[in-house]
Amino acid sequence: MATAIEAPRAPARRFTATPGQMLLAALIALFLALFLVIPVVTVIYVAFTEKGTGAFTLINFYDFARTDLFIASFWNSMYVATMTVVLASLFALPLAYLTTRFEFRGAGIVQMLGFIPLIMPPFAGAVAMQLLFGRNGTINLLLDDWFGFKIPFMEGLNGVVFAQAVHYFPFILINLSAALRNIDRSMEEAAQNLGSHGFRLFRRVVFPLAMPGYIAGASLVFVKVFDDLATPLLLNVKDMLAPQAYLRITSIGLADPMGYVIAVVLIVVSVAAMGASAWVMKGRDYATVQRGGGGLSKRPMNRSQAIGAYAIVLLILFLVLAPHIGLFLLSIATVWSFSPLPDGYTFAHYARVFAESSVFIKNTLLYATLAGIIDVVLGTAIAYLVLRTKLPGRHWLDWTASAALAIPGVVLGIGYLRTFFDVKMPDGTSFASFWIVIVLALAIRRLPYALRACYAALQQVSTSLEEAAENLGATKSRTVRRIVLPLMMGGMLAGFVTSFATAAVELSATLMLVQSTSDAPLAYGLYVFMQSPAGRGPGAALGIIAVLLVAVCTLISNWIIERNQHLRSTRT
Amino acid sequence: MRAFVQLMALAALAALSPAQAQAPTGKVTVLTSFSKDVTDPFKKAFEAAHPGTTVEIQNRNTNAGVKLLEETRSANQVDIFWASAPDAFEVLKGKKLLQLYKPKAAGIPAKIGAYPINDPDGYYSGFAASGYGIMWNERYAKANKLPDPKEWQDLAKPAYFDHVSIAAPSRSGTTHLTIETILQGEGWDKGWRTIKEWSGNLRNVTERSFGVPDAVNSGQVGYGIVIDFFAFSAQGAGFPVKFVYPTVTTIVPANVGIVANPPNKATAEAFVEYLLSPAGQEVLLDKGIRRLPVRPETYAKAPADYPNPFKDPSLGGKVTFDSGLSSARTAVVDTLYDQLVTFQLDGLKAATKAIHAAEAALAKKDNAASRAALQEARDLVAKMPVTAEQAASPEIRAAFTGGKEKSARQAELEQQWAASAKAAYAAAEAKANEAAKLAR
Repeated sequence: MATAIEAPRAPARRFTATPGQMLLAALIALFLALFLVIPVVTVIYVAFTEKGTGAFTLINFYDFARTDLFIASFWNSMYVATMTVVLASLFALPLAYLTTRFEFRGAGIVQMLGFIPLIMPPFAGAVAMQLLFGRNGTINLLLDDWFGFKIPFMEGLNGVVFAQAVHYFPFILINLSAALRNIDRSMEEAAQNLGSHGFRLFRRVVFPLAMPGYIAGASLVFVKVFDDLATPLLLNVKDMLAPQAYLRITSIGLADPMGYVIAVVLIVVSVAAMGASAWVMKGRDYATVQRGGGGLSKRPMNRSQAIGAYAIVLLILFLVLAPHIGLFLLSIATVWSFSPLPDGYTFAHYARVFAESSVFIKNTLLYATLAGIIDVVLGTAIAYLVLRTKLPGRHWLDWTASAALAIPGVVLGIGYLRTFFDVKMPDGTSFASFWIVIVLALAIRRLPYALRACYAALQQVSTSLEEAAENLGATKSRTVRRIVLPLMMGGMLAGFVTSFATAAVELSATLMLVQSTSDAPLAYGLYVFMQSPAGRGPGAALGIIAVLLVAVCTLISNWIIERNQHLRSTRT
Repeated sequence: MRAFVQLMALAALAALSPAQAQAPTGKVTVLTSFSKDVTDPFKKAFEAAHPGTTVEIQNRNTNAGVKLLEETRSANQVDIFWASAPDAFEVLKGKKLLQLYKPKAAGIPAKIGAYPINDPDGYYSGFAASGYGIMWNERYAKANKLPDPKEWQDLAKPAYFDHVSIAAPSRSGTTHLTIETILQGEGWDKGWRTIKEWSGNLRNVTERSFGVPDAVNSGQVGYGIVIDFFAFSAQGAGFPVKFVYPTVTTIVPANVGIVANPPNKATAEAFVEYLLSPAGQEVLLDKGIRRLPVRPETYAKAPADYPNPFKDPSLGGKVTFDSGLSSARTAVVDTLYDQLVTFQLDGLKAATKAIHAAEAALAKKDNAASRAALQEARDLVAKMPVTAEQAASPEIRAAFTGGKEKSARQAELEQQWAASAKAAYAAAEAKANEAAKLAR
């Protein structure tokens, strides 16, 4: 194992909880209880009851262990989640390393494009990938024509791994890049002075220092893939855990306990994976003191290095952006059936959706922004409480919030309806039909993303900076405001952007909660289109609009934060 | 904020409207599983016919729609439930979530094919009919040099191996009816044999109804077992697909019903009447919809080769669909299909492939011993873990509903069925390989 710098016995332990911190923890606990724990428990307690009588029992877990299908599903999910982390790392590492470590023209664009796969509207992505990589997709039709063979990109478990890696690798890319940029240049220089260079420098110094970011991203990918049901189902892979839970809950019915037993297993494994990632990081200190050195020194590449680097980057970008390329082609296609490319092209689909999508766009922006803000505020607060205080039970906040990752959207949606439908607003309508509920559901579902990013960011901030500020007389809240938050800004932005972008295309919980078209987000409109042959083109057009919209918003928020940081550093 | 105002206006409207019928105005909320291509033309036509009304469409799949009505019954916001599967309406009726309403529209026959158009108790009405059949992609068929199928049994031919797709009956009310129709038309054992024989040729089992026509349209799969309008509307959208009704099919009505305690009763009733009126029925002929009208006279306005179940006796005439029997064993049939086919597809396909190979070997050189072994392999595949009587027995039904008479829990039964299927398919594969060896 790398010689990650052993912790100089964490000085954080010295901090004790102030009343303000306790109040903060209580408020977060209340929020999580109201909008996560209670709604979910109202649904999944069924796992512990006997069907028909409703009496408490553990027999359902015994049945789970004795059913071959569930056990096979469990190992399949494990395999897919693990292999996806491996493949996603292969996509993310070169992009992150090349763009942060070298003078790489277009690094910003690469980072931006590398983020886009995360914004994949439901249904659209798998449809587009099938059209390109499927059994009779563009690539296989051409291969068959030219060479007489086909490659099963999209078949079985390995097909799921491929599709998931393409979709989720940005989690690793974003977190790893943020971590690399946060590394103190003096560490690298010190290593170089001591004679380390090249791959050894990367392996022994740079990568270990960026470990919090990598682990944050990789654990997210693992848990997300382990709990994801949409991609396997769209590829017709059913013997995995999350699809099994979904199929049982939605087809056998709400009273069937086995679906919830699987949901409980999903939650336990997800929390365990998060716990394991925290345990790996335990006892090591990743914080570096100096700031403003602006990350690793960037070095120029010689000609052949540059050609190699661009070739790798372009190949990876082509692979991971393929779904979007396919989606774009689909959105301008007349008919695309059993042929490498569409029969003809038209802009009619855009004309059809443009007239009616403005309300969807407005709603999507509003919901996703609010959800992203809630997530970053909560994520920063939880990360701070866990890493900087000794409040008893603070880890429970982290675990509970992370467990949200494992809650199938449809369970959360039903739980919200059960819990809030009879809560009346002052005007007599139900709280569950108020659009804020959609925002809360989105915020809860995306909270783990922001939390991991904020957590990693805070891990890289040295407590000695806070101690210095406090020694100079700053109060705790002032220290947080003036020292900790500005230093965490990059990670918080990464958290906001992932929450915002993924919330903008989320469907499963929203579908249960949308009570009127005037409150519906884009993903819902897309779902409605994608259910008919003539709606495929307009649906794809709506998908492209969603992707562009989120991408533009991401660029703008990036730009604002960078400008602020720039202003701040020029002022001092 | 606007949603707030709308909701308040709605509440005020509901409070003001007296019980007796009046001119339809205001918003009518329609919960439907139909796609935008179906709902948009109806919305436009209805709003034009009744100025001052707006149709608010809420799109959910049928199951989610039923769940939404269940969860929100304490303060229902929905006026109309509008979907295909008659089963869903039976469930809603059983839970007292539908309002009794006998439409005034005259001129609609009592039956289409052998199926009653309206609910005999008057809780919901059929507004369009659909039959089940086989849809295929012409380009795909041409590239793979495959013949056009006519009957379910055709799909079991070796040529179609790995080329067929179906939605799981547990996931799709329409596929469930297809399976049930075959079982009722051919009998339990023979029916399952047919079903398993063509299921051995499946490329995949999708979890949404629309997954099948989508895969056929894009050419990922060649053949799909679908409800007719999926194929007709795909043709309307320009896809190179064809469709055929096999002789054993059922024509089943798609339905509309008023939800119990509708916020806007007058407009809800007007909406149902409009769907059944001559003008509303003509909307069904729209090229994005293409469903069979329930008014015989509407067919006069249809395009040339539009199927007409009122004229063509072969359409859905062969099977008298027993919906009582169907609903008694719904869960058992769906679970059997999932455990014997959906989740055992690899084993079933391996056995089927071996049987096809043995058949090919036999065709070259006949041999009695080999023939017997092959028949044994076929019987192993067709073997059912439960009989028709057991499937409808109270013990097994109770295992699914959690009743008292149960002999085993649902999860236990599933494991038993899956294990027996897995063993049978492995044995069938071995037998078929043996048959092939004998024929050599």
